[in-house]
Amino acid sequence: MEYIQSLLTDAAHLRMIYIIVLSIFVGIEVIEKVPTILHTPLMSGANAIHGVVIIGSIIVMGQAASDDILIMILGFLAVVFGTLNVVGGFVVTDRMLEMFKKKK
Amino acid sequence: MSNYALLNICYLIGSLGFIIGLKMLAKAETARKGNLVAAVGMAIAIFGTIFLYEFNGENGETKHLGNLIWIFGGMVIGTVLGTISAKKVQMTAMPQMVSIFNGMGGICAGLIGMIEFTHLAHHSGTASLMTGHSLTILVGLIIGSISFAGSVIAFLKLNGNLGDYSFKGQSYFNMLFMAAVMGMAYYVMSISGAQAITMMYVLFIIACIYGVSFVMPIGGADMPVVISLLNSFTGVAAAFGGFLYHNQVMLTGGILVGAAGTLLTILMCNAMNRSLLNVIIGSFGGGNAATAITGENGGTIKEIGVSDSAINMSYAQKVIIVPGYGLAVAQAQHICHELEKQLTEKGVEVKYAIHPVAGRMPGHMNVLLAEADVSYDKLLEMDAANDEFATTDVVLILGANDVVNPAAKTNPASPIFGMPILEVEKAKTVIVNKRSMNKGYAGIDNDLFYSNKTRMLFGDAKKVLQELVNEVKAN
Repeated sequence: MEYIQSLLTDAAHLRMIYIIVLSIFVGIEVIEKVPTILHTPLMSGANAIHGVVIIGSIIVMGQAASDDILIMILGFLAVVFGTLNVVGGFVVTDRMLEMFKKKK
Repeated sequence: MSNYALLNICYLIGSLGFIIGLKMLAKAETARKGNLVAAVGMAIAIFGTIFLYEFNGENGETKHLGNLIWIFGGMVIGTVLGTISAKKVQMTAMPQMVSIFNGMGGICAGLIGMIEFTHLAHHSGTASLMTGHSLTILVGLIIGSISFAGSVIAFLKLNGNLGDYSFKGQSYFNMLFMAAVMGMAYYVMSISGAQAITMMYVLFIIACIYGVSFVMPIGGADMPVVISLLNSFTGVAAAFGGFLYHNQVMLTGGILVGAAGTLLTILMCNAMNRSLLNVIIGSFGGGNAATAITGENGGTIKEIGVSDSAINMSYAQKVIIVPGYGLAVAQAQHICHELEKQLTEKGVEVKYAIHPVAGRMPGHMNVLLAEADVSYDKLLEMDAANDEFATTDVVLILGANDVVNPAAKTNPASPIFGMPILEVEKAKTVIVNKRSMNKGYAGIDNDLFYSNKTRMLFGDAKKVLQELVNEVKAN
């Protein structure tokens, strides 16, 4: 209860809740009229975008004490996996869309 | 200007890049640029974080992020691996590639959760972990881990390393497991210190097992829906990270994908005329589904040879090709285009009928045919194709099965009943290329194969098409 109270009274939390609600509408709005042929590239592009989670891993890694081996290993892996998600995601999407380019 | 202000500008640009990129991705003309816009937004947000992010050190001083060598090292490794695998992958293996990249994002979120929780438990000593802060961490960890484990299973299934596996009452088992995950999360929060950290790893393992048992029973034909769903899961996991760090770009990026991914999942389900719940719980290919259908078609099939098929098509006015997964696994898209060119030269009108869920991902066939240089205007979407079948002489079905199964219209007992199909039986002749009489992914028989109009042309799609091309040339 206390937590919910803080969500609704703390300005920073409240701002984030507004961002969440508005982002949901934007997310739905932007892809509402997508033609079937673009479902796969769109899914793949969205897949790359959630790779933004890598920023979390960078923050974690950048603050880790370098003598804390376990945390360093986990953080390093997180950076590698996050980058894979971002780079692989965008490159695969580009490859798919390259094939759709207008012929002559 | 302070670093913090600059960083926030980076995040604003990043968020805008995601929104505009996603919007452009949804339109054919702008899609490729849209992808680039999103990628640039991402790059700005990432490098902004690395160079501008500041935090308070233990003595209250402002510090920049450290361990930059490790961060850059990880990014280089990820970039090289990601680029190579994304460039090398066959177009036919695209769905599993998307799935595994999604899993990478999931495990990234999971690892962040682990690290943050470890920090938290260390610092709070014996104080209670029953806080919103630790809940945010654990929920992100759980969702990310489920997405990771589920994506890996989806990858293995699509790659053919793993079959479907289900047992009676699995959906109840899964619900129990979900309850176990939640109970475990509660338990982790109720204890403290080193013990909580250990139990947090157990929680991670249980969440992974749940991800496995969630995807395991779902049939290959439904994998696109699952991947799309897991995609939105990872989006939500990323958003929890954003909530944790008060990081706007993670929040907007994550929620955008969460919302768009959920909508996309629903659109895909609609294309199959099924509900999401039905996909998740009522897994295709369960034993009861198969028995309900057999028996009514005691008919015999009629085979046809390659040369007869070639003659049939060469002298037709209009031929419609229906590509399916068989075409994809045989890598036959190029030779299929070759056949189309040969027939067109002979004055035959050739088109392709694309079912929205043909292949393993919506739009999968479009991507494949585009790779082989087939022009857009030859591709008919389902409704347009159904209008044209009546005036079509020959329909050539290449490894498609469930999407042309008339049981979807006529047999209410069929598990695919109600799914819109390509009504190929309206055409004069239907030639079906299949490797064998095996059933499609839904695991049900297809009356179409026993129809008087239908001729079966057995063999690997690529080999058969090559022979057809030779025959048509010779004619």
